[in-house]
Amino acid sequence: MISVNGNQANSLIQVRGLDKTYRRGNEDIHVLQGLNLDVDQGDFVAFMGPSGSGKTTLLNLLGGLDLPTRGSVTVAGDEITHMSRRRLTQWRARHVGFIFQMYNLIPVLTALQNVELPLLLTRLSRAERRRHVETALAIVGLSDRMQHFPRQLSGGQEQRVAIARAIVADPTFLLCDEPTGDLDRKSADEVMDLLQRLVNEHRKTVLMVTHDPLVARIAKLTLHLEKGVLVEAGARQDAAAGAVS
Amino acid sequence: MLLKLLFGLGLALAAAAALLLLLLIVGGILAGLLAPFLGAVPVSYNFRSLRVRWASTLVAILGIAGTVGVFVAMLSLAHGFHATLVASGSPGNALVMRAGSTSEMMGGITLDSIRIVQDKPGVAHTPAGAPLVTQEVVGVIPIPLIRTGTDTNVQVRGVSANVLQIRKFVQLAQGRMFTPGLDEVVVGKNALQTYRGLALGDTLHFGGVRWKVVGIFNAGGSAFDSEIWCDARILSQVLQRPPDIFQSATVHLTSPAAFQRFKDAITSDPRLNLEVEREVDYYANQSSTMTRLITVLGGLVALIMAVGAVFGALNTMMAAISERGREIATLRALGFSSWNVVLSFLFESLLIAFIAGLLGCLAVLPLNGWTTSTMNMQSFSNVAFAFQITFGLLSLGVAFALVMGVLGGLLPAVRAARRPVALALREL
Repeated sequence: MISVNGNQANSLIQVRGLDKTYRRGNEDIHVLQGLNLDVDQGDFVAFMGPSGSGKTTLLNLLGGLDLPTRGSVTVAGDEITHMSRRRLTQWRARHVGFIFQMYNLIPVLTALQNVELPLLLTRLSRAERRRHVETALAIVGLSDRMQHFPRQLSGGQEQRVAIARAIVADPTFLLCDEPTGDLDRKSADEVMDLLQRLVNEHRKTVLMVTHDPLVARIAKLTLHLEKGVLVEAGARQDAAAGAVS
Repeated sequence: MLLKLLFGLGLALAAAAALLLLLLIVGGILAGLLAPFLGAVPVSYNFRSLRVRWASTLVAILGIAGTVGVFVAMLSLAHGFHATLVASGSPGNALVMRAGSTSEMMGGITLDSIRIVQDKPGVAHTPAGAPLVTQEVVGVIPIPLIRTGTDTNVQVRGVSANVLQIRKFVQLAQGRMFTPGLDEVVVGKNALQTYRGLALGDTLHFGGVRWKVVGIFNAGGSAFDSEIWCDARILSQVLQRPPDIFQSATVHLTSPAAFQRFKDAITSDPRLNLEVEREVDYYANQSSTMTRLITVLGGLVALIMAVGAVFGALNTMMAAISERGREIATLRALGFSSWNVVLSFLFESLLIAFIAGLLGCLAVLPLNGWTTSTMNMQSFSNVAFAFQITFGLLSLGVAFALVMGVLGGLLPAVRAARRPVALALREL
């Protein structure tokens, strides 16, 4: 169940009283203000809102890429806001799968090597890593593109490689920052189908930032961020969507 | 008092800073070289990145390679000069000069003293019982260089007829040895190749005498190869020196181990006011001024070039990091630590430096054995010597390149690793 009231006790991701303030010159810019959020495993949440509303900042805080000014983020029982930088890096490697708008693949590495990157931080053997990579690439339908470099792939394929990279280490949740923002409609649909499959078939938890209402509709719930506050929550009419408070 | 304290404090701080820098360099080199085993970022990432950015990589490589080339060339020059002079001495020979003389040019030893010396213990004798001692006179004469036609000082050495039994590494390559009492000379092979009019059969004019070149000798690349040898007594007359005074005597010992016994016998004899040195030590000392000069001057040139090369490497690595800001931020987001990023970029920088070091060494390798000449500050005469590039010098060149690689790569690597990930991702 997804909630923005901060009243869930056992959700996978618990955000409580999250504030993020940046200082620009003499001015304090409050990007997020007292934000609460609960997300359970298998949920698919879309965050929408105008530019500067704090969507990406929220995603960065959830993914341990940035630290809040106030408040807490707890994932699977781990309170990440007080972790050291080193522990946070390790936590990120174990729990978060990132999917970026521009795919962020390493151009000089093949699809296989790109997908293998998160596994290099584990104790898996070379053969085990290879098996995991093949599985991830099979899930995204790119088993035949393993030895291709990013420049040899289409945008949609690149994003699917990025999704394979995000899921290969079986993270606790996926964070997607405008995953279809750089794709044409057909490729965007393919990517969204893939994300939906990951949620429905593999019970992945996905939190996604998007500007595209068509893309947001695929999520179980769309939350709107305006001036740093989650002001609106709209339940998808889909029967599969969970209860919304 | 306060000034002294401040000076001491400054000195201590400078020493600490130097130690820190040394640790940083050594640590950086070790960490960078071990990066494939210590870090998680695959090295194929670095190899391929260098290939993709081949132009800037090439510029950095050329900068470092040039510096390494100059560095190794200068060291090989100094090494060659040192080796040439050291080769002139034999450990089984002792050089006897007047006490207080710093070189043969300033020496003076009477025939009476030489007679006493040759009876001392440790002096080797021929089977016929003659002592193996050569009393010598040295002078410099102007002879034109083949290359430029300008006069240069050439050392002419008056020796005893038995000199080849004392300096056993000297071999006659052409012709014959001079005949004692005649105006004949034998010429070192480097002298033959460097100065005009010294071919076998040529006549040489100096000191009002016409000297006939009757032989060419090979002194194994030592400083003697740049000399002209003749009868010591005749040279002494020509140079208008007192007839019974020589400048040095070289004694062949029964064995190198006999040196101390021989030396003690000379220095404890109240009739003699002489100094004894192993011949090899004498020539090593002779080379020190010039070797130091070449090393310091060469080192300075290499240092100045190194500063430029370090900035070149720094610039390349900065550009690489700036171009790959997205990749670095992505790696950090995926869970690669700052340490992994530092190691990866250090490895890349060292890779550039290593290739450049090898290239620089290869570039100067053809200089090995190439003969040049310079003025020996002790004898004021021209000495021909060859660049000597040894494995040690090449290793030093590669190590120098690695130092430049660390200095050029460490700062950008740390900068890349410390950049906040969220900020780096946002600015892309």
